[in-house]
Amino acid sequence: MLKIDKELCIGCGICEEQCAFAAIEVKDGVAEVGENCNLCGACVEVCEPGALVSDIQGAVKTDLASWSGVWVFCEYRHAELAQVSLELLGIGRKLADRRGVSLSAVIIGSGIGKCAESLTGYGADTVYAVDHPDVEHFTEDRYSRILARLIGEHRPEIVLAGATAIGRSFIPGVATILDAGLTADCTSLEIREEDGALLQTRPAFGGNIMATIECPRSRPQMATVRPKVMKAPEFDSSRQGEVIEVDLGSGELASRIRVIETVAAGEETVNIQESDILVSGGRGLENEKGFALIRRLAKALNGDVAASRAVVDAGWIPYPHQVGQTGKTVAPKLYIACGISGAVQHVAGMQSADVIVAINRDGNAPIFNVADFGIVGDLNEVIPKLITKIEEHRQA
Amino acid sequence: MKIAVCIKQVPDAKDVRLDPTTNTLAREGVESIMNPYDQHALEEAVRLKEKFGGEVTVITMGPPQAEEVLRLAIACGADNAVLVSDRAFAGADTWATAYTLGRAVETLGNFDLFLCGKQAIDGDTAQVGPGLALRLDIPYLTCVQKIREVGEKALVAERMMDDGFDVVEISLPALLTVVKNINEPRVPSLKGKMKAKKAVITALTAEAIKADPASIGLAGSPTQVVRVFPPEPRGESAVFSGSVDEQVAQLVEKLKPYL
Ligand SMILES: Cc1cc2nc3c(=O)[nH]c(=O)nc-3n(C[C@H](O)[C@H](O)[C@H](O)COP(=O)(O)OP(=O)(O)OC[C@H]3O[C@@H](n4cnc5c(N)ncnc54)[C@H](O)[C@@H]3O)c2cc1C
Ligand SMILES: Nc1ncnc2c1ncn2[C@@H]1O[C@H](COP(=O)(O)O)[C@@H](O)[C@H]1O
Repeated sequence: MLKIDKELCIGCGICEEQCAFAAIEVKDGVAEVGENCNLCGACVEVCEPGALVSDIQGAVKTDLASWSGVWVFCEYRHAELAQVSLELLGIGRKLADRRGVSLSAVIIGSGIGKCAESLTGYGADTVYAVDHPDVEHFTEDRYSRILARLIGEHRPEIVLAGATAIGRSFIPGVATILDAGLTADCTSLEIREEDGALLQTRPAFGGNIMATIECPRSRPQMATVRPKVMKAPEFDSSRQGEVIEVDLGSGELASRIRVIETVAAGEETVNIQESDILVSGGRGLENEKGFALIRRLAKALNGDVAASRAVVDAGWIPYPHQVGQTGKTVAPKLYIACGISGAVQHVAGMQSADVIVAINRDGNAPIFNVADFGIVGDLNEVIPKLITKIEEHRQA
Repeated sequence: MKIAVCIKQVPDAKDVRLDPTTNTLAREGVESIMNPYDQHALEEAVRLKEKFGGEVTVITMGPPQAEEVLRLAIACGADNAVLVSDRAFAGADTWATAYTLGRAVETLGNFDLFLCGKQAIDGDTAQVGPGLALRLDIPYLTCVQKIREVGEKALVAERMMDDGFDVVEISLPALLTVVKNINEPRVPSLKGKMKAKKAVITALTAEAIKADPASIGLAGSPTQVVRVFPPEPRGESAVFSGSVDEQVAQLVEKLKPYL
């Protein structure tokens, strides 16, 4: 609970300004905390007289030090390793080296032999390979049971997985089985010098604030990590490592879920979270045909097509392309917003792109507040010229 | 069919932002809404009820003012509403939230189906649904975009994946988290609003759900926020000038690293 020392409080009101939840208020010269305080600690940090204390009385697991090593879950689907798995091996290696511990990879799938072996070349010291026809398709219950069992047996201090559809689906299950803390969709991971704790930083409130989170009282410290923010290491064929085949008990393969069919990606369902370049269209395109222009520009740039909610709702393009609070969060190297006004709910999904370009005929559109470069003009005129110029440049 | 829908009251995204001059979170006029994804979960529950009969119970854990979203849910077709509220729940992370909701559900009795939103837009974690399912020892699917068939013992649903979707059969009782394109939520009817006004909301405290004090609120949360800070500001933005051709030329100059 948040405690206020009335003697120390000087009623300055800084805590009140800092509170995102309007849960603290200065009344008669003293801060008072309301019901909707969620103990984020933002006020504690800014309180100069030290009048605010959030007193935490959680039980500490006594054996924290006996958990050691960094683990990465490597995602294998349709005979392919997810790119984010390599990125995780990159950051995982760094964290393991900082801690002076080993890095292990876990891979679950069917016919994964070669892929499992290759993981040592990307930095894993040990690879736990779970190879079985029954785990070819992803099911939440089998995957979480198997991973939780392995973690329980080997007791790593840190477990990382990609913040992908699969990772974000079953990793929360694993964390629940293990009573472990889990931080979703992290964009930065660091080891704290003093005590070796994992500091996990992630955006919240649609990227409007950043929060750093730790798991002080339990192990393992678990995180899903946003694709494309960590760097994948180069493959090093000289790296040595061990691949351990994991045997499964029959109980582990029981499932209350049966995958009947997997409907795989057509051009329309490319995963925009993996794209380096996105050309995104909004209502300014005026109709479905307008999207042809967006596709042409995307093609000229070797990028993919994204969209605002307005045009997804209008049915011009399917939902998997929607960027924003109720769509996908993307962080490409380049995001070109065409005929998109830049509503907060849209911006929430794309503001961590490296470079944002806006093309909009309304110079006051909020999209220009987040754009690095902008052209005020009619997209029907601007985009064709842009395509021509890009093509000229490529030929030159 | 007895359906439980977990809904959360969240601050409206359009109000949550940092004051650019003071770098603190603006608190003026922060309005609360029902988490957008949860509106879709509720709508799906009401549609299932309309088709198969049964009742829809909405459950929220939150401060007393979260009652507002429960009343809104009743106006949109829910039959019963449960407010799980206690100061001791404050500071709950997803683990403690799932524990608390799990205890509340066990107090309330049996359900055939649980629906949650894919994620809450304040924390964007997407962890409470799976956590709750594990607590209740029932199977779950996340990111469901369509419920195709509902049988006695199982249902068939489409679950969105990064590269398309899976068609999956899951045994009941089960928990599903839903995405936006599953349906178009209705707006509350006048009759619904009247009903909402009069509805009696069940309140559950920590004691009522027999919660273990060490598993709720901040004390029960394995994760803790150590710092909240503004994201790195984006650099100055440059809007080009000149004719369209000139502007396009300047832009292509900037795009060169990507060509
Ligand atoms: C709960 C909730 C969740 C939401 N989630 C999302 C989300 O996930 N993603 C999302 O995108 N939105 C989301 N929205 C909707 C969001 O608030 C906006 O309504 C939406 O983003 C607007 O889309 P738009 O920019 O394409 O359209 P508009 O706002 O209509 O903007 C069109 C823009 O095109 C420009 N334009 C028009 N004609 C031309 C032309 N010929 N040349 C150049 N420019 C032109 C106009 O100046 C205008 O700025 C959400 C809303 C709510 C309430
Ligand atoms: N406090 C809460 N009360 C009721 N349901 C919740 C609560 N928090 C989360 N949920 C449900 O869990 C989903 C995912 O939330 P989250 O894990 O916080 O992103 C939401 O869409 C809700 O359906």
